[in-house]
Amino acid sequence: MSAETNIEKDILTKKDFQTDQMIRWCPGCGDYVILSSMQKAFAQLGKPRHEIVCVSGIGCSSRLPYYMNTFGIHSIHGRAAATASGVKLSRPDLSVWVITGDGDSMAIGGNHFIHAVRRNMDMNIIIFNNKIYGMTKGQTSPTTPMGQKTKTSPEGSFENPFTIGELTIGAQGTFFARVPDNNPKLMEEAIVRAGKHKGTSVVEVLQNCVIFTDGIHEEITGKDTKDDNQLYLEHGKPMIWGKEKRYGLKLNGMSLDKVALGDGEEGNGQDHPDLLVHDAYNNQPELQIALARMQLPDFPIAMGVLREVEAPTFDDLLHSSIGRARDNTKHQKVSDLFQSGNTWKI
Amino acid sequence: MSEIADTTNMRKAVIRFSGDSGDGMQLTGELFSQSSAIAGHDLATIPDFPAEIRAPQGSLEGVSSFQVQLGGIEIYTPGDQVDVLIVMNPAALKTNLRHLKPGGTIIADVDSFTKKNLKKAGYDDSPLADEELQKEYHVVEAPVTSMTKEALKDLGMEMQTMMRSKNMMALGVVLYFFRRSIDNTITFLETKFKNKPKVAEANVRALKAGFSFAESTELLGPSVVIPPAEIPEGTYRNIDGNTATAWGMLAAAEKCDKTLSLCSYPITPASEILHEISLRKDMGAISFQAEDEIAAICAAIGASFSGNLGVTTTSGPGASLKTEAMGLATIAEIPLVIVNVQRVGPSTGLPTKSEQSDLLQALYGRHGEAPLIVMAASSPDDCFYYSYMACKMAIEHTTPVVLLTDSYLASGSHPWRIPDMDDLPDITVPQFENDGGEWKPYLRDPEKLNRYWMSPGQRGFEHRIGGLEKEEITGNVTYDGVNHEKMVHTRAEKIKRVGHEIPDQQVYGAESGKVLLVGWGSTYGALHTALQEMEDEGVEGIGFTHFNYLHPMPENIPSIFEKFDKILVCELNNGQLATYLRSQYPQFKYDQFNKIQARPFFVSEIKNEALTYLQS
Repeated sequence: MSAETNIEKDILTKKDFQTDQMIRWCPGCGDYVILSSMQKAFAQLGKPRHEIVCVSGIGCSSRLPYYMNTFGIHSIHGRAAATASGVKLSRPDLSVWVITGDGDSMAIGGNHFIHAVRRNMDMNIIIFNNKIYGMTKGQTSPTTPMGQKTKTSPEGSFENPFTIGELTIGAQGTFFARVPDNNPKLMEEAIVRAGKHKGTSVVEVLQNCVIFTDGIHEEITGKDTKDDNQLYLEHGKPMIWGKEKRYGLKLNGMSLDKVALGDGEEGNGQDHPDLLVHDAYNNQPELQIALARMQLPDFPIAMGVLREVEAPTFDDLLHSSIGRARDNTKHQKVSDLFQSGNTWKI
Repeated sequence: MSEIADTTNMRKAVIRFSGDSGDGMQLTGELFSQSSAIAGHDLATIPDFPAEIRAPQGSLEGVSSFQVQLGGIEIYTPGDQVDVLIVMNPAALKTNLRHLKPGGTIIADVDSFTKKNLKKAGYDDSPLADEELQKEYHVVEAPVTSMTKEALKDLGMEMQTMMRSKNMMALGVVLYFFRRSIDNTITFLETKFKNKPKVAEANVRALKAGFSFAESTELLGPSVVIPPAEIPEGTYRNIDGNTATAWGMLAAAEKCDKTLSLCSYPITPASEILHEISLRKDMGAISFQAEDEIAAICAAIGASFSGNLGVTTTSGPGASLKTEAMGLATIAEIPLVIVNVQRVGPSTGLPTKSEQSDLLQALYGRHGEAPLIVMAASSPDDCFYYSYMACKMAIEHTTPVVLLTDSYLASGSHPWRIPDMDDLPDITVPQFENDGGEWKPYLRDPEKLNRYWMSPGQRGFEHRIGGLEKEEITGNVTYDGVNHEKMVHTRAEKIKRVGHEIPDQQVYGAESGKVLLVGWGSTYGALHTALQEMEDEGVEGIGFTHFNYLHPMPENIPSIFEKFDKILVCELNNGQLATYLRSQYPQFKYDQFNKIQARPFFVSEIKNEALTYLQS
């Protein structure tokens, strides 16, 4: 296409972000829902396509940029966050998205992940967590649960898995959300909020690999179990879940306790003054980390935005520093620099 | 003692300042070099300091030196052997005496040759009193410490603060020895310590006292006069290789109106480039200290994709870590400059020392068929030019470029004629011009075969690049093997055509004859000097040619090689250029002269080798 013939519309739709490339994911793969939710979310964010860059690593998830009609880099294994950092620090005006998986971001790319989060580079990292290496056909990943059988742990994994939310917040992350791949509405909301957040936003999608870990999230996301096993977090609202029997959370010393609510109790302050209310904006991360760590069967899995706090971003600090240096320099051109200091004429 | 008279009129001289790490020898050497440059001499310098940050005071390990060769002729190296050695303590004498020429001059701070310091250096008695030493060298005992104390006594300073001016006292002595004016040095000191008038005063006093001491005593014997060199007119400054490399990038970015994004990870001996660009936020340059070498090159790739000039700098071990990403930049065909300031390998090797052993890595060290441009700088000051050219070629040919320098160039310095920006070659950013044609991500310039460098923010040019093989023109992912073969050939041909733009390689000395010396990179100075000295001595039939462009090579190479009976490839490695030349031009026979001792070539070594070879 040529520049002049492509007239940017005022309002973009999901369709504007689709490409003509054949999508090569397995039928039924959770990745389709993520792609579609991202395209819908992008349409809402109001950035034109040519100011968006999607950067991925290697793995099934990382094919996504080819299917997204923006600028894109399909980089190398584990290095998406590093590559995207180069984009953002060079061009802070761009909206930058990292598309990665649990193997790509937590194993080979673990270093880049924690450092991107620590710096609070203003970009968004979407992690497709299927708890397995799919593209290389079924090896243990850093999020594979203990005991899970894989090609490289035929007797069941005996490695301690990472909890992505705990790692993110522990690395001083300013935004973390978790969503299941069968709730497109929640996913879209989380992606939009991530896009609007200034700083590194991490969105973990519990994504189902139909080939190697089919049903790995079933207990959490299944039709019959999801209400009892998921806690939807909303800022300022009491943390209550359950289909029939309803539960809430309270603090017991430094630990979380599950509280059963009585019949007809709403779980508001009057019934249970000690029930916890979600505070995503609290800078102190302890409770948010505790929420991120909650596991079945004792606790539900926390979904939605766990943490969303304001902090200076790397790209802002870098460019304001450049601006100040520029204002206070005698070196307008490189020639000024060359001629500065000790020189002599022959 | 009488030897000194022979040095009164010299074409060139080598001076080595040596003392404890805390004695300020680097600054002393630099100030002396500057005064020499102003006096119209050509020169080359090299620092030599301990790898440890703070070695114990007075110890052999803590000795820091600075060597400069200056001359009334063109100077290409800091010199093999030293004419004048300045030692601020016994340890400095012990570690540096081996560098001194027979009959050379030692200027020693005699006050520092105390029992305690002698013991630290492993001497039982003062070596200055040794008759052998007195016989072999011209020894000047200068009471630097006590004279400094005396000169500064009424300034009301602490002893420790006073002693910081000792080096200026020594500099004063040496400046007189070479019949230099001290005016420029005074101006420098007054400017440097503008906000500390007392410190300025102390240093100036010490300098003057040293100068007067040398003038009024007969200890030195006749002074040394070196006539000025014939140097092209212009404004000059001293520059070291790493600064020159950094400035080359800044110049290239300004020339093509791009922002420089330097993304690097600290590594000896390349870190100074990152330091310099970090200071150049004032020029709008972006510097990024990444979390590791891989992140650094990936961030540079991201920077280039987003339309900035992406550069990463490193040394051998870091270059190894970057190789996978170099493959990405090769297949994605985006501009990228990788600077490898080589050091002694493999692995950590001798991290502060110099070697040319990453050539084959630069040429071949990637998986897959991944050709890219490889070039090498050959002097501290031409690091500027080759850094500029690396950026120019990366942009114009949308390819990664590896620029090889090394530890010796990085820390060595040489006067640099400040270029006029208008005289530097233009850099054309390959943008797709919409003259009715339709743009595609892998559409190419029909001549150069480069892609067009279209970046985010350019409406209508949204596209995806990546490590998967792409279909020609469209850039769509394809697994078609025939397409892959075509793309491999196209990428190779694109680099090959860069050869059309590379200037013909020069031959120095004889254009045809018995022996052709061949070098590349930082050995230029030693090789060129060896050739000149042999010519001066009447040796005939020796030529010399030096590579800066290693891939592709200048197109006139065979026409140079065929005019000589023998080709001697001289390198600071185990024969990497020779190996490469055998594959590129197998019609010629190559002999090798290799040195792998973590030190540069001495001119004398090359001369000996060349003369023996000539007669064989």
